[in-house]
Amino acid sequence: MILLGPSGCGKSTLLRMVAGLEDPSVGDVFIGEQRVNDELPKLRDIAMVFQSYALYPHKTVRANIEFPLKVRGVPKAERAEQALHAAEILGLAEYMKRKPGQLSGGQRQRVALARAIVRKPAVFLMDEPLSNLDAKLRGDTRTELVDLHRRLDSTFIYVTHDQVEAMTMGSRVAVMNAGRLEQVGTPQEVYDRPASAFVAQFIGTPPMNVLPVGLLGTNDVQVGIRPEHLLLASEGRLSGNVYQVEHLGHEVLVHAESTAGRLVARVDPASDLPVVGDAVRFDAADHHLHRFDAHSGMRVS
Amino acid sequence: MKRKLRDLPPALLMLVPSLGLLAVWTIYPLVRAVDYGHKACDISVRNCRDVGWDRYWTVFQSKEFQDALLVSLKLALMTVPVGLVLGIGLAVLADKQLKGIGIFRTVFSSTVATSVAVASLVWFVLLQPQVGVLADLLSGWIPKLKNPGLLNDSSTALPAVALSSIWASLGFTFIIIMAGLQSVPRDLYESAFVDGAGSFRRFTNVTLPMLTPSILFVTVVLTTRALQAYGEIALLTGGGPQDTKATTTIPYLIYGNNSLVHNDIGIKSASAVLLFLLCLTFAAVQFRGFGKRVHYGN
Repeated sequence: MILLGPSGCGKSTLLRMVAGLEDPSVGDVFIGEQRVNDELPKLRDIAMVFQSYALYPHKTVRANIEFPLKVRGVPKAERAEQALHAAEILGLAEYMKRKPGQLSGGQRQRVALARAIVRKPAVFLMDEPLSNLDAKLRGDTRTELVDLHRRLDSTFIYVTHDQVEAMTMGSRVAVMNAGRLEQVGTPQEVYDRPASAFVAQFIGTPPMNVLPVGLLGTNDVQVGIRPEHLLLASEGRLSGNVYQVEHLGHEVLVHAESTAGRLVARVDPASDLPVVGDAVRFDAADHHLHRFDAHSGMRVS
Repeated sequence: MKRKLRDLPPALLMLVPSLGLLAVWTIYPLVRAVDYGHKACDISVRNCRDVGWDRYWTVFQSKEFQDALLVSLKLALMTVPVGLVLGIGLAVLADKQLKGIGIFRTVFSSTVATSVAVASLVWFVLLQPQVGVLADLLSGWIPKLKNPGLLNDSSTALPAVALSSIWASLGFTFIIIMAGLQSVPRDLYESAFVDGAGSFRRFTNVTLPMLTPSILFVTVVLTTRALQAYGEIALLTGGGPQDTKATTTIPYLIYGNNSLVHNDIGIKSASAVLLFLLCLTFAAVQFRGFGKRVHYGN
């Protein structure tokens, strides 16, 4: 499960409530069948990976990974064995004697993961664990996390503001905005049938074009069109002037200023491309139009 | 190398203010003291003659110096551990996010703005056998408070001085440890909490290790202060009580009015240099001893 939303939407707070670091003012937190509102974090069968990794700088990698077991009074030999096992899963076995300060960002991140894995919790809680990594490492670690999720076969709750992470990693995505849950669904559902104009514009790069109230619809709806569904058509219902053409290789983004505001269309590079300054017309098939209530922003039909 | 040489003149120029202060207030007096240490002078300090560098060894071996050294070490042993534990305790207590905690922080740190003279006077009055509040309140429990008074009994005078000294240094310790605490990432506590560590485990596994730089710093400063204790001795006991020399520390031996070596600038200088070496040794030992246990960030 991915919690996705812009900064300050409450996704981290929600995660911290599940962890027991914060108390919900209303509502219940269930883990499995059990209501855990009044339970201490240690009784919730969870492990958390922090954005900063929260490793103990004075402890070795081994001691860091063993710490949750030590707290639980697991005997020394067993502790060492389980820590080594967790370290092996993440390729850390050769770094066990180092301190976190002697590791790279990616390695530290793995230590934090190993420390979570070693507890064999029912739920893993991850608060933007990849946001301190560089782009390349982030991509690799993303794949590894998906693999890890499959192997461990337990629940991950994963907070991110990065829609690419959400779309590629999530079995389900919960999109949040301003403290409210906007939509829960598979990444495909969230993309194909966004429950609100907010979700529609938050997910997808470039974001969905949302037209002013009334255009291509009745006076109480806003119509949204994904850039890949907005077609160049000489008889199209929307007109505008091209002000930017972005060549991305496998696709071309055509940006136009129109009566409907700024529009973006994703175009096949093999087609007949307009140039900056051209007057163009756009259209889209009716079944590709998303309709949202003009006031609430919620999806209609 | 060439580059370094080229940078030297502007670097020196910018160092002049600090070097100047250091030279006038530290290096020059130190050199003079070292020099006086092997001379015998008359009272005017104009007529001196060389008595040889083994004067230092003679002074070190003298009974007066050995006694004072023992008193200084005892004072350090009483004030440093207690001051440190109390300071850390108060800082941890005040590190909570509670309403009105600012008042406590101010109160706990207030002694940092108190001079040794004021602190000593406060304790002198508190401990005064006839009118002192502590003497009145606690004399049932500790009869010596009334008769003859803690500062007038050779067995309690040094602990009483230590008490005043601990109190006076507490604000300093509190502020440094408090600052150290506030730089500990909250994530570490939360992570330990989620992993099931109770408050004691969090203290020993997160707080203490993260505080080691502050603790080392405070230990070195408190030890140096204890070894250099003069003001509280001069004001509270005059090195006494009476002729017992029970509180004659090395600095009192050097400066004190009732000091045995009152007039001999040669012996005083030699003692001062020996004290300097002692402080230096202690600081070095503490830095080395803590060594690997100190963690500066990650």
